[in-house]
This record gives sequence, structure tokens and C-alpha cells, in this order.
Amino acid sequence: MLGEALRGQFPALNQEIGGHPLVYLDNGATTLKPDCVIESITSVYARDCANVHRGVHTLSQRATQRQEEARVTAQRFLNAPEARECIFVRGTTEGINLVANTWGRANLGPGDEVLITAMEHHSNIVPWQMVCKATGATLQVADIDDDGALVMDDYRAKLSSKTKMVSAIHVSNALGTVNPVEEMIRLAHDAGALVLLDGAQSAPHQPVDVQALDVDFFVFSGHKVYGPTGVGILYGRESLLDAMPPWEGGGDMIRTVTFEETTYAGLPSKFEAGTPNIAGAIGLGTAMEFLMGLDLAKVAEHEADLLRYATERLDSIDGLRRIGTAEDRAGLVGFVLDWAHPHDVGTILDHEGIAIRAGHHCAQPVMDRFQVPATARASFGVYNTREDIDRLVSALHSVKEIFAP
Amino acid sequence: MSGLRELYQEIILDHSRAPRNSGSLPEPDSSAEGHNPLCGDRLTVTLNMAERSVTDIRIQVSACAICAASASTMTEAVKGRSFDEIIALFDAFHNVVTGDHEPEHREALGKLAVFGGVAEFPMRVKCATLPWHTLRSAMDGADAPAKTE
Repeated sequence: MLGEALRGQFPALNQEIGGHPLVYLDNGATTLKPDCVIESITSVYARDCANVHRGVHTLSQRATQRQEEARVTAQRFLNAPEARECIFVRGTTEGINLVANTWGRANLGPGDEVLITAMEHHSNIVPWQMVCKATGATLQVADIDDDGALVMDDYRAKLSSKTKMVSAIHVSNALGTVNPVEEMIRLAHDAGALVLLDGAQSAPHQPVDVQALDVDFFVFSGHKVYGPTGVGILYGRESLLDAMPPWEGGGDMIRTVTFEETTYAGLPSKFEAGTPNIAGAIGLGTAMEFLMGLDLAKVAEHEADLLRYATERLDSIDGLRRIGTAEDRAGLVGFVLDWAHPHDVGTILDHEGIAIRAGHHCAQPVMDRFQVPATARASFGVYNTREDIDRLVSALHSVKEIFAP
Repeated sequence: MSGLRELYQEIILDHSRAPRNSGSLPEPDSSAEGHNPLCGDRLTVTLNMAERSVTDIRIQVSACAICAASASTMTEAVKGRSFDEIIALFDAFHNVVTGDHEPEHREALGKLAVFGGVAEFPMRVKCATLPWHTLRSAMDGADAPAKTE
């Protein structure tokens, strides 16, 4: 059911680039959308177009019901105890900023520490830097090794009673490393710290169970799980979300407002000021249903097979060095070539109809760690096949033809 | 492959493999750094000059083939030229790589006209122009009032 059999459901795959059928290997940046998601979004605007939580009229009731059903889908997707613990945000970036600015500003002060890892995406570095600067807390960074795996001894050494929050990437977008999050969470809780997981690259590739993980916050983006852009989910433990101050102020997040005082709404509305991305939330709900229908355990298996195959095929190319060689990896392979810069590789591959990412992947510290200006990255999705990887490898030989002296 | 061959012409590949005037001047009159955060292209221009003209130039470059070759060919094109000539050359170069040019722009460029292929690849225009922008800021820095200390 995965790979070839799914391709017909993704209209964007049905096109040629430069006379070649499109091979889409940039799923780490965003995934293509299946018909069901596109139809779901269209039907909101075509039929159920109304604001939520406001009108008593039929359209508003339908829109509200569909959005709240999407929240229940998110609850099932993450195995969250309550749907109200799933907050609609714009994406992973907003989710992390929300926690850093509400929980962080209320709970961090001089002497406190926030611990991240050396493989974070900028969106899990900058918000914490900003909140540390504002509160006087200190940002600590746990090292990674030459394979791109977290150095657990360093992680343990940097965890202490001062650590109030561990914020870590679940699966690295630049290296593919799968972090040992169960152990990281257990150790963090033993030290008295909370844990936020950036699930942008894990939610599309494997089942996520926030209760089994015992994680305090989990964030992911809709557009990387075959849903629309501009919407994502922040899961947080109810007790923590309840105690946090609100994020933005405005409509929908209030209980009563006078010019003297405002009382805030309960969960999830407290964190959802203003008219939300209604069609986005509903489209995301459909995308999560789609993924659960494929069975995420099988998706993980499919992509692990592609990763094994790609690793083997790429390693057969002389002068290609993979960046990110940790034992436990998922979803993507990053590499550099002796004879061509990643940016040139990206252009030449595009000419052969192959979309990959070339750049620093919003993880400049990772590039610095591996002393490369950028990498080329092929990242996999449910519709990719071994033939896609064959096309990639053959195109890399064209790159060599042009560049190798 | 035709567009690609147009982009990656032998002269561009040659300059990218062995950039001319590579390195940095020991005591430059002016210098500037250029960085394209999107792709990681990075370079440093050091200049010596006399009476608003470039007498010597070196570039330290870590970048894609288009950027590295652009930097290398630029150093050859601007050495010994006046600021005004260089600015006119940059204008012509910019017009050619963005595909918005008259035949005389291409003629004015001489050897630099090989970058005409970039126009078909809008995502790569910044790679070709980064060295020129960086040179511009090094020249602007030199134009700034001299410090007295």
C-alpha cells in the first residue's frame, strides 16, 4: 500500500520537470498533499465556510464541529489523554515559541538552565536564547559525536538540579539521527526538569505516543505530515498548560473582559487567540487520519527500507561522504561530494526532475560541527520508491560528469 | 542538459576549481565579507586602492561553483580599474545574469558574459552576484571618511 501504490493519490507527483517525471525527495522540508487533504480543505471553503465558536448558524456549527473533530484526531494521533491538551498553532516554530515565552518567562530566572542538543534546528535554539536573555537563565548544549549521535555522557553531565527544561529534537532534520528520547526524558525527569520534543521530523515517520514517552510537551507541523502549511499541534500536559500564562491576547481566549480585568478561557482556547487557521486545522485532521490509515508502523518500515537502500547506493559513489551516520537514523540521508558544492548538486538534480534540499537545513551549528558549508539532503515520504533512489544515484553520476576534472 | 551546459561552461568550472587571486592581502586598504545564509556561500574581499581605483584584490571564497567562479573572474576583471568603471561593469553583469539586458551589456562584460547562462536559473542569481555585492561594500567602506586614529 505504500510507495508506488500511493502515488496516484498525490496530484503533485503527476508532473514533469525539465522533461523528466518528478522525483520528490524533499519531504523533510515539506510533504506533498494527498487528494483527501486537498478536498478536505476545499470543502471547508466551498461548503462549511464560517468562523468557529461564534455563530449559531449551521455553517458555523459545521466548521466548529469539523475543527474540533480534527483536535480529537490529533489526540488519537499522539495518544494524548485529552483533546484539549492539543493546541492548534502555526507550526513547530510557533509551538516552541509559545512554550518558551509562556512557560519560560513564568518559570525561568537567573541560575536556571535550559538544555538543548548540538543538533537542534534554529527554531529550537533561538526561542530559548531569547527567553534566556530575557530571564537571566543559561542555555546549555549537549554535544554530538562525529556520527551525529548525542553524547549521552555529556547530556548526563549537563543535566542538574539547575536544569528546568530539556528541549530536544526527536529526529534530526539535518542528520537523520533518532535521539534516545525515552532515556533522555527519564533522566531529565529524575533531575526535576521538564521535556519538550520537537517532533517535526518524527511525527511523519513513526507512531508517537506522548503517554508512553511520558513527555511534557510535543510539537509538530502539519505540512510535514501531508497536511497544509500554517498549522501544527502543540501537545502539553494539562496541568502545565493550565498553570501557564496565555500566549497571545484577543478574541476566543477570554472568559470575560472589562477594561479593568480579563479572565482567560480554559484549554485549549486560552492559547488560541483570534480566528484560527480553520481550514488548515481541518486539513491537518484529514492528513493525520490518512497517515493513521496507512499505519505509522508500516510507514516507518517503508522509510527504513528506503534509507537502507539509499545508504547502500550512495556509499557506492566515489567521493561522496554522508553527513549523519549515527546507528539510529530515520527518514533522510545527508551528504557532500568532493567534486561539487551541494548548491550545484541541487541545480543539476532539479534539471533531471529530482527535488532535494541543498543548504544548511536551518541548523548552522550542525554544519559548523561537521565543517561543511552546507549539505545535500534526500528525505523520504510514504510515496517514495527504490526507483526514486535509483534516479537520484543516476543523476549524481551526471553531476560527476559535469564536475569531476 | 543544454541549459546546464550553458550554466556550467568550461571557463566557469575552471575558475571554480582554481580561483584566481585567491587568499587575502596582508594589509588591505579595505575589506568586506559576503554571506548568503540560504546556501552557505561565504567570501571575504580584501582590496588595495589608489585614487578611487582598485590596484590589487584577493578573495577568500567558500562557495558553490557559480559563486566561486564569479569571484575569481571578477578579480581579474576589476584589477586596475576605477571605481566608476567597476560600478558600470557590475550594472552590466547584474543585467546579464538576471536576463534583463541589452546586447551592449553583454559586450561590455567581455569574458564575464559566460555568466549569461545564470539567467535561466533564478535561484542562482544571488550566487553570481554575491562577490560583486561584497566588492561594492569593500569599495563603499573605502569611500567612508577616513578614521583619524
